[in-house]
Amino acid sequence: LSHALSPQAAMTKLGQWLCGLALLGSAWAALALAPPGLQPPAPLRQALLPLPVYLLVAFGCYSLATVGYRLATFNDCEEAAAELQEHIRAARADLRRRGLRL
Amino acid sequence: MAARGPGRVSVLLPTYNERDNLPLVVWLLARTFGDSGIDFEIIIIDDGSPDGTQEVARQLEKIYGSDKILLRPRAKKLGLGTAYIHGMKFATGNFIVIMDADLSHHPKFIPEFIRKQKEGNFDIVSGTRYKGNGGVYGWDLKRKLISRGANFLTQVLLRPGASDLTGSFRLYRKEVLEKLMEKCVSKGYVFQMEMIVRARQMGFTIGEVPISFVDRVYGESKLGGNEIVSFLKGLLTLFATT
Repeated sequence: LSHALSPQAAMTKLGQWLCGLALLGSAWAALALAPPGLQPPAPLRQALLPLPVYLLVAFGCYSLATVGYRLATFNDCEEAAAELQEHIRAARADLRRRGLRL
Repeated sequence: MAARGPGRVSVLLPTYNERDNLPLVVWLLARTFGDSGIDFEIIIIDDGSPDGTQEVARQLEKIYGSDKILLRPRAKKLGLGTAYIHGMKFATGNFIVIMDADLSHHPKFIPEFIRKQKEGNFDIVSGTRYKGNGGVYGWDLKRKLISRGANFLTQVLLRPGASDLTGSFRLYRKEVLEKLMEKCVSKGYVFQMEMIVRARQMGFTIGEVPISFVDRVYGESKLGGNEIVSFLKGLLTLFATT
């Protein structure tokens, strides 16, 4: 138990995920799957039950949108490539002058 | 080995069959350092290249001097991690730059790394292709998608605090690199990722500088299913162990 309560840095990322999921999961189960006597009001229950699936779908959409955006804005370094070609020419000429033989 | 001067930069260049690119990279490094007045040395760690890379390296040593070009070859291909460890033994600078020797990384960014390091007193400065005006030349849509997708997955799972984890164009403080090399065990892309993740774990600070990555070999070496699988395995291992 003391390991689970130790600072974030000491826990692996997997450990953090499991802890987080366990916390959220048990909170959700306690509220959504509670026995009739302890149930929260009906509208809340209706929203709560499918929440995990909604969150998963929302995360899926977020992932697609983010990767799509980053793909679309991935810089194409045209000038860098052109500049490199120039530099290569200058380098070859200078190295030949300095005595480099291939 | 005592460091000479506060600002010397040691560049580690592991090479394998880089006969054509090595002289160009060295010329660009010498020119960049010369223009910006930065003291430097280049440590070439060749793993027994059959194409004459070491012969070219010897010529470069004659041209630039053996205090600037240090040839520290190995008998055969032994991997990147051990090449860094091997090269570091001979480094006399306070800062170590690791980069690719195939001209995908342009030395012109090194003074920017140094400036960034001074600005925030960072332990590591990492070149990033994914932020600012960083980017790539020579990748098709599929390659870019794989890159962004893999990076997104890495960010979600590892929350590393750096935007480009598989990049290999970085500046390290010498003591920091030494400490990291003791701990890192992965291979390939995952090795570069592990360095950043462990660095964060150990409390080291990381600054970023946008860089351009000019890929001239992508046409010949497509990113295969094998590499993707080993990347995923490595990522999950880091996820579960760090």
